[in-house]
Parts: sequence; structure tokens; C-alpha cells
Amino acid sequence: MAVRVQEADFDVGAELAALRRGKPQIGALASFVGLVRDVNDGSGVSEMTLEHYPGMTEKALKAIVDQASARWTIIDALVIHRVGRLLPTDQIVLVAVAGSHRGDVFAACQFIMDYLKTRAPFWKREVTGEGARWVDAREADDQAAERWQD
Amino acid sequence: MTVKILYFAGLRERVGHASEQLDLPAGVTDVAGLLAFLVARGGQWEALATVRNLRYAVNQELAKPDTTLRAGDEVAFFPPVTGG
Repeated sequence: MAVRVQEADFDVGAELAALRRGKPQIGALASFVGLVRDVNDGSGVSEMTLEHYPGMTEKALKAIVDQASARWTIIDALVIHRVGRLLPTDQIVLVAVAGSHRGDVFAACQFIMDYLKTRAPFWKREVTGEGARWVDAREADDQAAERWQD
Repeated sequence: MTVKILYFAGLRERVGHASEQLDLPAGVTDVAGLLAFLVARGGQWEALATVRNLRYAVNQELAKPDTTLRAGDEVAFFPPVTGG
């Protein structure tokens, strides 16, 4: 189970290959990639900067992966989240979960992403035609995270 | 009792600092008390009172208003997160 916060881009194919290398018991591998869109809240976005809280961000991601691992039967997981300046179409985040069967890895992947959106300290500042602005948190993201609480 | 305070994102810009060391007055013992003390300084510190759903962490763990503060703690204030 690994988490990485980095400025550099990542190669999804290489990361997924590394995640399952040497583990023939893996029968299911789910992944999610988040990308920078060129539009948000009705405005064109030309670039964005991602800020984080060094130390706490890594701890929060690790805690989320640990929760997923306790809740579902998975074999390994990987979270990579980029920070710094990003442009439309750039990759922001990769969540990958490997396990024996698809049910648990689909659920764990979605859980990790929903919790990351609401609990991991990252903040987006985007540049639009009207100037720069900090992105507001969305209520839909809170609702997505809440559905996992039982 | 001295604590380190960190501000992030839009709040950091409005406060005008990323961090500060603060010697807490007697009587400030938890996050809610610290927040009230900071806002009472006025000026740019009033930004702390205007952030909707302000979040806080003590020693890099999400905290609550009644989380107790100890000497040397790292206290962070920030807006709701927007990563992913």
C-alpha cells in the first residue's frame, strides 16, 4: 500500500504493471485517473495550481487507504496525487486497487477517491478568463463520501 | 504556551501569512479558544470567521473545536479541501 504526492506526471501503464508485478494471486485491478478539465462552473480554465499540506496530506492518504484495506479484501493499493501547476488534460490523481475479485476492488477504489476528495488536504486554484480563483468544495462530494458511512 | 499556526489556500492569502509562532494567553486551551483569540485580533484575522465550513487540524490530524492544545502543537486552519 503506497501513497505518493509529487509534482511529476505518472505513467498509468507502468504504475499498474508495477502494482501487480510478482503477485499472481491478483485477479482484479481497478483504477481511476482524475484529469484537469478546461472548463469549471461555466468558465474556461487555462491552468490550475494544486496546494497541499506537506506531512498531513501523506498521512491522510495513508489513513484512507488503510481504512479501505480494513473494509474490503484487497491485495495492494496505490495513490499518486500531483501538486503544483497543471494544465488542461494533465493527470491529477491515480487510484489503483488490486485484489482477487472485482467487487472489492471496484468498491475500495471508489471509496478511496470519495474520501480523498473530502478528507485529504489539497486545494485547487484555477485561472479562468475572469482571473484566478480558489475552487469551492462541492456538496456532491460530501454526499459521495457520506454514502460509505453505515 | 507556544504553538505553531499554519494557514492554507485562500485563507493563507487573506491572512497574509503561511505560518506564525504564537504564545497563547492564559485561558486559551482548545481550538475554539484559539480561533476566537485570532479573530479578536481584527484586521485580516477576521477572515478566519468568514470561511464557510472552516477546517482545522492539530498535529496534522483533523480536529474539533474542543480539541485541547498543548505547548509545541502545530495547529492548521484551512478551507474545505478540493483535491482529486
